[in-house]
Amino acid sequence: MLHYTCKRIALALLVAITVSFLSFMLVRVSGDPAYALAGENATAKEIAFVREKYGLDRPIMVQYLDWALKALHGDLGQSPYFRENVSAIIGHRLKVTMTLGASALLFALTLSIPLGVLAAIRPNTWIDRVALGISVLGQAMPSFWFGLILILFFGVTLRWFPVSGSSSWRHFVLPTIALGYYATPAFMRLTRSGMMDVLSSDYIRTARAKGLLSGSVLFKHALRNAIIPVVSVVAVQLGFMLGGSVVIESVFAVNGFGLLAYESIARADLPMVQAIVLILSLIYVLLTLFADVLNALLDPRIRVA
Amino acid sequence: MSHLLEVKDLQVDLAIPAGILNAVRNVSFSLSRGETLALVGESGCGKSLTAMAIMNLLPGQARRQAAVLSFEGDDLRHFSQKQMADIRGRQMAMIFQESMMLLNPCYTIGNQLEEALLRHQKVPRRQARDRAVYLLEKVGITAAGSRLKQYPHQLSGGLRQRVMISMALMCGPALIIADEPTTALDVTIQAQILSLLADLQQEFNMGMIMITHDLGVVSRIAEQVVVMYCGQIIESAPTRELFSRPLHPYTQGLLACIPIPGRSKRGQHLGSIPGTVPTPIGRLQGCIFRNRCPLAMEACAEQTVILQEIDDRRSYRCLLSPDRAGYNWLEYDEHE
Repeated sequence: MLHYTCKRIALALLVAITVSFLSFMLVRVSGDPAYALAGENATAKEIAFVREKYGLDRPIMVQYLDWALKALHGDLGQSPYFRENVSAIIGHRLKVTMTLGASALLFALTLSIPLGVLAAIRPNTWIDRVALGISVLGQAMPSFWFGLILILFFGVTLRWFPVSGSSSWRHFVLPTIALGYYATPAFMRLTRSGMMDVLSSDYIRTARAKGLLSGSVLFKHALRNAIIPVVSVVAVQLGFMLGGSVVIESVFAVNGFGLLAYESIARADLPMVQAIVLILSLIYVLLTLFADVLNALLDPRIRVA
Repeated sequence: MSHLLEVKDLQVDLAIPAGILNAVRNVSFSLSRGETLALVGESGCGKSLTAMAIMNLLPGQARRQAAVLSFEGDDLRHFSQKQMADIRGRQMAMIFQESMMLLNPCYTIGNQLEEALLRHQKVPRRQARDRAVYLLEKVGITAAGSRLKQYPHQLSGGLRQRVMISMALMCGPALIIADEPTTALDVTIQAQILSLLADLQQEFNMGMIMITHDLGVVSRIAEQVVVMYCGQIIESAPTRELFSRPLHPYTQGLLACIPIPGRSKRGQHLGSIPGTVPTPIGRLQGCIFRNRCPLAMEACAEQTVILQEIDDRRSYRCLLSPDRAGYNWLEYDEHE
C-alpha cells in the first residue's frame, strides 16, 4: 500500500510540474503580456517600459523558473486589476467555491447512490423508471438553464431562497442543487450498472449459498464492489464541477473562484488567469490522487500485487 | 430408513420472451446420508436448475413446483426466504464451478470463511478462525494460518476451489451439492479435488449431489446416477449397472461418446449422437428424445412416455422393453 501510494504521489508531482509549465506557457502563447498589461492605448515606449519592469524581456525559461519558485512559496504575483496579491484573493474565493463544490458533490451522491442501488435491485419497475427519468433530465438540461429555473421557482415565485450572493448557507442551496444535479446522472447510471453487474456475479451467488441475508449480500458483498468505478468517476466529475462552477457562479452571482476566473479572463488579468489555471489543475491532480488511493483501499487487487 | 433429501415431481418453469420454458419436469430422486448421487446431462438439461431449486436460489424469472421436497424431514416447499437462508450454508451447502469471481475479490479468504460460520452460529471470531484453519488444512492447504490473510486473486484456481470446499464445510452440513466442481480445473487437479470430495463426504457422513456432464467423474464418485435430458430424467440407475447395462438409447449414446478401458478398441471411432436438443417450450407430447433416437417408432410421437421402474433403484423413460432397448451407437456413427 505504501509503495503504491508513493508511486501515485510521485506521478502526481510530475503531472503538477507539467501542468504548471503548460499553464504558464499557454498564457504567453495567447498574446504578448506586456501589451495586455500596458493597456490598449499604450505607446511603444510604454510597452517597452512595462516589459522591462515586469522582467518580460528575459528568456522565457528564466521567467518560468522565477514564477514557479515564487509560486512554491505561495507568491503568485500581483494582479494589475486588483492591485493586490493574487494568492490572497484566490484563497478567499477558493473557500467559497470549495464549499459549493463539496455540498454539490454530497447532494449528488446522496441522490444518486441510493437511487442507483434501488434501480439495480428492482430493474424495470417504477423506481427504475424514475431514476432513469431523473438522470436523462439531468443529462439533457444545460446547468445554467436549470439554475435559472430554480431561481424563478424557488427564488422568485416561492421566495424560499435568495437568488444571488454567497453570504449565508441559504445562498448556497440553489447553486448546490444546480451544480450537484449536473453530476447526478453519471453517478446514478454507473451505480446502477455496476450494481447489476455485481449482483449477477458468481461471488454473490456464493454469498447467498452461504445463507447470508439480503442486507449483508447487498451492502457487504455487492455495494463494496460496485462502488469502486464510481469513486474514480467522482474525482473526474468533481473536476468538471469546478469547471461547471464558472457557469453556476455567474448565474447565482456567487462570489467564488469560477466567477473570478470568468471575470479575470474578460479583464485580461494575466497573473490571475495563470494562477487560476494552475490551482484548478492542481486541485484536479490532487483529486485524482485521492481517488486512486481510495480505490486501492477499497480494492485489494490494486493494493496487493 | 428415512431419506436425507427427497424430491418428487420437481418442476421448474422459466419465463422467457418466447413463452414458458419447462426447464425441469417431473424430476424425482432421493438421497441418504453418506450417499453420492450424480446428476448427469448435457449443458442446458436442467441439472443445475434442479440444484438451485433445492437450494431455493433460482433466478427471479423461475418458478418452482414439487409434489415432495423434503430435507431432514422438513417440507421445504413452504419455507420462507428467511427460513431457507437459515438452512443454506448450515445444513445444505453448495460448491460451484471454479471461476475467477467465485469468491468476493474485496475480502480476505479468512473473512469469507469465518462469515460462513458466524452467520449461523453465535461463536467468537477466534473460534471461527480456528475452524477455518482446521478445514483449510483438511482440504490440503499448507500454511493455512497465513492463507487467511490472502485475497482470492492471490490464489490459483485449484486453491480457490479448495477454499470453496472448506467454506461449504464450515457449519458441517448434512448435504453438499457440487455443481461441476472440477470442470474449470486442470486434469491433475480435477482428480485431486474429486478424491478430496469423496474422502470428506465419507468422513463427515454427508449426502452429496454431484452435478456433472463428465461420465468419468460419475464412475469414480457416485453410487447412484440420474441421467437428465431436456429437463427430464431419462434414466436412473446404480453407477455400476448404468455403465454395464445402460437401458435408454440416450444413455447408451452418451457412453459411446467416451472411451472405456478394455471395451474401446485402438483406432476405433468414438460415437456421437446426431442432432441437437429440442427446446422444451409449450405442451410436449411423446418422447423428448425421439428426434435423435435411431430406434424411434411411431408410438414414440403419440404416447406419453413414463418412467418405467425395474426396481426401486432402476428406472428409464423409454417405450421399449429393457431387452430390446439396446443399440450399438458405434455402428450408427460409422453409417452416417
